[in-house]
Amino acid sequence: MSMPSADNATQVNKLARGLIYIVLILFAIYYLLPLYVMIVNSVKPLSEIREGNMLALPREFTLDPWYTAWSTAQIGVQATGLKPYFINSILMAVPAVAISTLLGALNGFVLTKWRFRGDNLVFGLMLLACFIPFQIALIPAARILGMLGLAGTTRGLVLVHVAYGLGFTTLFFRNYYAAFPTELVKAAQIDGASFFQIFRRILLPSSAPIIVVTVIWQFTNIWNDFLFGASFGDFKSQPMTVALNNLVSSSSGVKEYNVHFAGAILAALPTLFVYIVSGRYFVRGLMAGAVKG
Amino acid sequence: MSFLQIRNLEKTFGNVKVLKGIDLEVEEGGFLVLVGPSGCGKSTLLNSIAGLEAITGGSISIGGKAIDGLHPSQRDIAMVFQSYALYPNMTVAGNIGFGMEIRGVAKPERDKAIATVAEMLQIGHLLDRKPSQLSGGQRQRVAIGRALVRKPQVFLFDEPLSNLDAKLRVDMRTEIKRLHHRMGTTIVYVTHDQIEAMTLATKIAVLKDGVLQQSGTPAEIYNNPANLFVADFMGSPAMNLIPVTIKRNGSGVSISTPREEQDPLVLGVPNAPAGLSAHDGKEVIFGIRPEALTDRDGADRNAANVAESECLIEVVEPAGSDTFAVTRLGRKHVTARLRADANVAAGKKTKLAFNLDKAVFFDPASGLRIV
Repeated sequence: MSMPSADNATQVNKLARGLIYIVLILFAIYYLLPLYVMIVNSVKPLSEIREGNMLALPREFTLDPWYTAWSTAQIGVQATGLKPYFINSILMAVPAVAISTLLGALNGFVLTKWRFRGDNLVFGLMLLACFIPFQIALIPAARILGMLGLAGTTRGLVLVHVAYGLGFTTLFFRNYYAAFPTELVKAAQIDGASFFQIFRRILLPSSAPIIVVTVIWQFTNIWNDFLFGASFGDFKSQPMTVALNNLVSSSSGVKEYNVHFAGAILAALPTLFVYIVSGRYFVRGLMAGAVKG
Repeated sequence: MSFLQIRNLEKTFGNVKVLKGIDLEVEEGGFLVLVGPSGCGKSTLLNSIAGLEAITGGSISIGGKAIDGLHPSQRDIAMVFQSYALYPNMTVAGNIGFGMEIRGVAKPERDKAIATVAEMLQIGHLLDRKPSQLSGGQRQRVAIGRALVRKPQVFLFDEPLSNLDAKLRVDMRTEIKRLHHRMGTTIVYVTHDQIEAMTLATKIAVLKDGVLQQSGTPAEIYNNPANLFVADFMGSPAMNLIPVTIKRNGSGVSISTPREEQDPLVLGVPNAPAGLSAHDGKEVIFGIRPEALTDRDGADRNAANVAESECLIEVVEPAGSDTFAVTRLGRKHVTARLRADANVAAGKKTKLAFNLDKAVFFDPASGLRIV
């Protein structure tokens, strides 16, 4: 047997590469299929869907289902569409993300640069919060919200999400700041900067990657949360996810699949938007926290 | 009069004693270098002066005013860190001016101070850059600038040159010395590099395992080391430390040490320290620096006591300015420093001159100098 020539080797290489690409493209199509079905069916009239071909492109293009889902669909008592619930979700998610991220950053700062006796124990206990299932916390959380008079309000939901997210945000920032040079903090101390000045002027400006990671993580979790929203929100503070459920699973009248599809996409848009805008920092930030510390 | 005074300073981390009762002082305008191997406590000592570490016992005062217990920013000190510790999100000007900004100095005054310092360090053209856009040497200058602009009573340097390449390190060393001459401010400087210590210091303090081994002028430390550790640590190539046996003969003392393939080396020591005769018949450590052990023509003409002996040269290392010859005495390699053009060859015998004026003796049990 002769040795395979270099020419031969490159050809085999090309063939293998082609095969890999074909497999990857098939996977990509497979993964994108649900999104395709959702989008295609959200712009069809209901009659077209009834004909049974979910995969076909729309013969008649219409944005009515989107309009209906957004502002006129019957959810709960009134025909308000998803709009007020979307606003509820924004009012809940934005402060919850901001507060939990800020507190996580402060925790990380203290746990790495202002260490005290027993700091590792405190960090361990906070980490434990990441492993507690939602369901366990439901009844105690309901009790506390009741005692604080926050039951059924958006502020109550913000409090629950902040408390629940704190474990994760602390973990992210602690690991990130563990790799942050302590000499910088010492230099700032000699320059006379106070605790909060050091935090605001030295640490925070260097924290962009981990802030992005934390914001994406927290926003996705809080926006997509159903259990807390369903348990602690009333009809004035229910988030988007609960409203979407009510829209889809309402038992009266005709099932308007096109409206359901449009509503589901509307519910997913904000997290998609956050991810697309800051996604490239996401991996970078995760790595920055992961390699050191 | 001493300006910076450290009295019986102690520091413990948990159960570990890092500093064990350090007493040290520097006069105003002095340049104190703390030197020692890694883990000797020199950086901890510096951080204690800065106030970045709380001390466990003892006291520190600057200009007669006790500073222990004060916040770092209240101690009237400035520090240059090993990693430079420049704030990555601020420009060079922002870095230099940060301390003043925190103290609430008005912007025009701040800009003037920054400009003065930048001119002194020749970094005026870099003021708008971020630290990541600077080279190592430039970052070093900015770090020094940030310290200078405070006009403190004491500068603290924590191994400032160890991240620079060899050539730049020598340049910056000269630069720091020039700055010290110009400013006349007291400096405390930590390094593990004994050459840096020798060249910069007006006073050197050698530390080991949290204990001050010796402090004094560079010449004192170099010529009169208090113990074996200091003798071995300071100087490059290191001092030759040869085990020898003491013999009293009449009023004088001689030392002898065995040699391979040669008669034992026996040298009379007319200027032996008084304490040496107590060690009659016992082994002591005979210390002689390479430059005090040369060829006959290169020997110091002013030396009063020079002894000569034929020695078998094992290795010859030409170093350009000098030639180092290695022989073996008492089972130890011994380095002699000869003129560059000295006529020596490996495997041949050469007459070496021992300048006994410069010789020192140590008790092998305690490691202390015999005087």
